[in-house]
Amino acid sequence: MLKYTIRRLIFTIPVLLFISLVIFLLLDLAPSDPTGNLPMTVPPEVREQIRLALGLGEPMYWRYLMWCNQFFIIEPLNIIEQAWGLCWGECGTRTRVMSWATRSPVVDLIIERTPQTLWVVGMSYVVGIIIAIPIGVISAYRQYSWFDQTGTFIAMVGFSVPTFFTGVLLIVIFSTLVPTDSIFWLPSIYDTTHKVTDWDSFIFQIRQILMPVFVLALYNAAQISRFMRASMLDNLSLDYVRTARAKGMKERVVLLVHVLRNSLIPVVTVLALNIPHVFGGAIITEQVFKVNGLGALLILGIEGADIPLVQTLTFIFAILIVLFNLVADVLYGILDPRIRYD
Amino acid sequence: MTKILKKKQNSQWLDVWMQFKTHRGAVIGMIVFSIICILVAFGPWFWTLDPNYIDIRAKNQGPSFLHPMGTDQLGRDTFSNLLAGGRVSLLVGVTAMALSVIFGTLVGVISGFFRRLDGPLMRLTDLFLALPLLPLLLVMIMLFRDTLRGLFGPETGIFILIVTAIGLTSWMPIARIVRGDVLAVKEREFVLAARSLGTHNTQMITRHILPNVLSPIMVSATLSVAAAIITESALSFLGLGFPSDFPTWGRLLYDSTNFMKLSPERVIYPGLAISLTVLSVNYIGDGLRDALDPRIRGR
Repeated sequence: MLKYTIRRLIFTIPVLLFISLVIFLLLDLAPSDPTGNLPMTVPPEVREQIRLALGLGEPMYWRYLMWCNQFFIIEPLNIIEQAWGLCWGECGTRTRVMSWATRSPVVDLIIERTPQTLWVVGMSYVVGIIIAIPIGVISAYRQYSWFDQTGTFIAMVGFSVPTFFTGVLLIVIFSTLVPTDSIFWLPSIYDTTHKVTDWDSFIFQIRQILMPVFVLALYNAAQISRFMRASMLDNLSLDYVRTARAKGMKERVVLLVHVLRNSLIPVVTVLALNIPHVFGGAIITEQVFKVNGLGALLILGIEGADIPLVQTLTFIFAILIVLFNLVADVLYGILDPRIRYD
Repeated sequence: MTKILKKKQNSQWLDVWMQFKTHRGAVIGMIVFSIICILVAFGPWFWTLDPNYIDIRAKNQGPSFLHPMGTDQLGRDTFSNLLAGGRVSLLVGVTAMALSVIFGTLVGVISGFFRRLDGPLMRLTDLFLALPLLPLLLVMIMLFRDTLRGLFGPETGIFILIVTAIGLTSWMPIARIVRGDVLAVKEREFVLAARSLGTHNTQMITRHILPNVLSPIMVSATLSVAAAIITESALSFLGLGFPSDFPTWGRLLYDSTNFMKLSPERVIYPGLAISLTVLSVNYIGDGLRDALDPRIRGR
């Protein structure tokens, strides 16, 4: 298993390099001009100087290598140095990936925005899992009962209704139709500067995180509960379940110890595989509730044609996908001894 | 006796239809989707108000006899906007579906049928699956928007861009499913028989392989219409879709979120239209999957 993991880890390096090349080429070969947003009065010579100052005068392969060097070597080094207060060689003077719009290092911007995204996305994923697993178990155990039928319908609705509509709908109901002084009123904008210091601010934090988390959790729970149900159904008809019942075990033990544990194996890998996509989907939810997280940063970068920022963020999303693919494969091997790769 | 014989003469598609009819959700979905399609296709002929006609004195009106869904901040009729927007949204959904199905089937059949191309094509598929799709879609639209607008005009340019971008980022699951099925069908005896009769590869694929992998393709096609409609609305909602005088459901939803306090019902109509369409298409796909599965159909 260790050998397999190491082999897979080594294999991710060319994959990541290739993806970085694809993203770089897409952004580089595209016909877009970084000086396009400047006023018309800026003369062409000045535009050319700006382009040179942004490093666009160098040949393409050189810029790609520079970016790789910055992203894979300088930025990690910088993070390590800042975290432990170390200083190796020319610390603090290396050229980092700079955002064109804000003139600050891209990685600092990303680190600044990550906690709010992690809070909202992570909470919604956890809530989604907590809702989905019992629903999946009960719908499979009582297949075709009214509970199962309702669960199927709600899952279908949760899967089909886009998050930007559920979010807006919730805002309409809880932020505009409900009077502001009622306890059911919820803020439509997520305030990331809010600090939890006492009980009241804690309650406010819960209230403001409630709607974005619910919207994303509904979407996640719809998918996960379907997986859970299918996996439970696969296991419930197997022989070991009959054996367990024949041995006189209580139904609860059969269901929650034997069947649940075995049916969680594929679900866990699906959970790991879905994490990067949840981050992607959070872009929309962040836009609805004005959470200034990673998704909002990406939209900001795209609207301002801030190529280094967009490039780095997109690549970080790609790293997440590759990484969690690996995690899912390894988890599958660890959880299920029948699938050991070596 | 004759009755039994007659029953056996049912064609395969009649059987599929009989099974499809027993799936209640799919039938309701089919009816709802047909109604939406008919409304969107023929509605503008009967509801002749121009969606872009600005009547500033009648702005922000509630539902009335003249404007059954009210008007927006410029006095444009919401109902005719919704009909016009539906045309674009459905057209984007169907065209993007066609693109991704054609591309996905092509890749899937080639990599399943020709063993030498299997490795490279499947690695390509894996690579595409590892790309962050929504961010890349946004990036593609940001980068190519102005060029394509210049080449084909503001509406057609964006249409081509969005359809191509959605098609290019959604063919991978179809390719994988098709490849798996082609691999299974290829090993069957009738393929061997056809091969020994001297059938060429092209004929083998079009006559023997493709008809036998049609059902998963049909199911994926249905489901990818829904996915494409959602993606297009999401792009429009993020402000990166069609221009604002060119209504789509996502765009209408995006525009009306700025007036949620003033006229909350305006948000509901386009959102409901998207959700109903996607829900019904997903149900149709669900029913189709059951109906095309011979293991279920027999019962």
